[in-house]
Amino acid sequence: MNNLLEAHSVSKNFGNFTALNNVSIAVPKGSIFGLLGPNGAGKTTLIRVINQITMPDTGHVLLDGEPLQRHHIQNIGYLPEERGLYKSMKVGEQALYLAKLKGMHKTEAKKRLLDWFERLEIGDWWNKKIQELSKGMAQKIQFVVTVLHQPKLLIFDEPFSGFDPINANIIKNEILRLREEGATVIFSTHRMESVEELCDHIALIHKSNKVLDGNLNAIKREYKTNTFEIGINVSNAKDVEQQLNERFHVSAANFKSLGDELKLNIKLSEKDTANDLLNYLTTKGQLSHFVEVVPSANDIFIQTVKNN
Amino acid sequence: MNHLPLIIKREYLTKVKNKAFILMTFLSPLIMIALISIVVYLIQMNTSKVRQISILDESGLVKQIFKDTENTKYNILDGISLENAKEIVKEKGDYGLLHILKIDNLNEASKSIRFYSEDSPSISLISSLDDKIEKELTNINMYRMDVNPEIIESSKINIDIAQESFDGEKTSEIDSGAKIVFGVIAGYLLFMFIIIYGNMIMRSVIEEKTSRIIEVIISSVKPVQLMLGKIIGTSLVGITQFVIWIILGSVLIVVVSLIFDIDITQMNMSQQETIQHAIQGSGDKMKDIQGFMNAFFKLPLTNLIIAFILFFISGYLLYSSLYAAIGAAVDNETDTQQFMMPIILPLILAVYVGGFTVIEDPHGTISTIFSFIPFTSPVVMLMRIPFGVPIWQQILSLLILIGTFMGTVWFAAKIYRIGILMYGKKPSYKELIKWVKY
Repeated sequence: MNNLLEAHSVSKNFGNFTALNNVSIAVPKGSIFGLLGPNGAGKTTLIRVINQITMPDTGHVLLDGEPLQRHHIQNIGYLPEERGLYKSMKVGEQALYLAKLKGMHKTEAKKRLLDWFERLEIGDWWNKKIQELSKGMAQKIQFVVTVLHQPKLLIFDEPFSGFDPINANIIKNEILRLREEGATVIFSTHRMESVEELCDHIALIHKSNKVLDGNLNAIKREYKTNTFEIGINVSNAKDVEQQLNERFHVSAANFKSLGDELKLNIKLSEKDTANDLLNYLTTKGQLSHFVEVVPSANDIFIQTVKNN
Repeated sequence: MNHLPLIIKREYLTKVKNKAFILMTFLSPLIMIALISIVVYLIQMNTSKVRQISILDESGLVKQIFKDTENTKYNILDGISLENAKEIVKEKGDYGLLHILKIDNLNEASKSIRFYSEDSPSISLISSLDDKIEKELTNINMYRMDVNPEIIESSKINIDIAQESFDGEKTSEIDSGAKIVFGVIAGYLLFMFIIIYGNMIMRSVIEEKTSRIIEVIISSVKPVQLMLGKIIGTSLVGITQFVIWIILGSVLIVVVSLIFDIDITQMNMSQQETIQHAIQGSGDKMKDIQGFMNAFFKLPLTNLIIAFILFFISGYLLYSSLYAAIGAAVDNETDTQQFMMPIILPLILAVYVGGFTVIEDPHGTISTIFSFIPFTSPVVMLMRIPFGVPIWQQILSLLILIGTFMGTVWFAAKIYRIGILMYGKKPSYKELIKWVKY
């Protein structure tokens, strides 16, 4: 079994509104899986189905090969986008309560909590009330509570919102560490740079349908257009550009550099290879920049959503 | 995995440990006692004030009957005009002036008697003057008609009809009093309990919504469990608070009456006096209280207690599940008003039916019908039971109530499940029904 979680043809309607239409995803074990999509696409509904908060109308979900059951909540840690804590409860009390709801024993929960609090340097918050903490501080507690019961599957919905860059980085590293320790992560966000940074796999949901999914690199390979971004120092820029234009499909490029070289995007036809272009360019002048243009997750996101 | 005990425990502990709750629990009885003490003190001050009343009796028929008492002093004026008398009374600052003209026809004596005073006089004073003059003039009238009032007095026969049901159970008016007291206390207790702790449940549901913790929680527990946990936890809080109030209240009453040397039984007597007077002349108060206690213990106590517990719990659960549903449907407390009306109305109706109809005719059509309608039955049935309701009726009513209660819990759970994840717009009734169908 290579997939920790599989959703098969899940559909959900609310009255006349279709929130999910026949959506299937497969989350490989040990991966960080990006669940992407514009606002209102149905991501949250899918996450709620996985958490058994919402029951699907049709379709089913397998966790580790077993159909989803009530006891599986112990294997899932969920950080919803709409999150909060009891304001008037003390940090420690509250964390223990939430841990016990996940089926943990009190002594074990307390031990692990103290470990986490120490690691995140929030040990002295145990007896503070949530309402005395800042939003970012409360978010840290929330994160700890989500992962405390060492679930196999972690679901984070916009985990970095509310964090300053330093704390966001701490949380990012903790997520990576948890993955190292064997957890699988589903990660829903609008921040494409964190998708780029973290995700191995993605699925894109748009208007209740899954429009794209797979390994992020494979998708990028699929979306790339065989275009190279080059910078070249030549004496007669106009002539070189014209010569290039005759052989390749050329457009202006824009990237930061130290000199004032000629900057171009060059799209190769199918019969040309990168080496052909490179050899050709070296005959023209001093090459300062040669990079294959790989579509960013952001580009793929926008392009896919527009095309659908 | 059953999370219910965990949820109940949290609900209970966080509420009980809340500072506002502790303050309310211990201050309320103090405030109540303080208020009662002030009222009692004022009443005592009022009655202990001596009233001066001047009498100008031009008929000469009644002036001899006014004897000074502890609180009322009479001052007989003679041989002056009404105008002069008024002046004198005003100057002296007397309470009032009773003026009796010459009476030609005793049957129309009322026309000749008038009470003058600065402010409106107290009703009890006027009625006691009425009684005195009436009695005297009646006696005079009797003599004039050659009837000896003493003979009439001695020929009076006092009747107190003994009541007995067909199966031999003896009752009396005092028994009915005990029944009414029990029924009214039970009914009002339930009413208060529902309003106070129903609202508490509602607020705690809203709190979970506004603090946005709800989705975190229901990724671990079923919404129905969370709802039931809240209802049960809050009920236990309510019971705790009530028990503390009862204990504190009793202790405080004893302490206060010891400190201020107020005889509680005496207090009741003086207040009952006027009523008692009108009904049956002077009665032996101690005997009445004893009779009341006896009547109380003659009530079918086992039945009462069991019925009280069952109806109280089912009735409370019925309403509290609706409160929970309302809490789930809205985002903040100000939006709850629209949904509160349908809950409060049947409750108030129940208390009114219980308070008037049941006391008047405990087994009449209206009382019987309302003691079967589930939204009014807990209150109305609790008020009826002391008067003896056949067991089959109690069981049927309870079954209807429990059936409805399961229905409302199901209904509330549906609304709860959807509502707790809905933010923003306040839903309409139409939308609520749509939620139930999801």
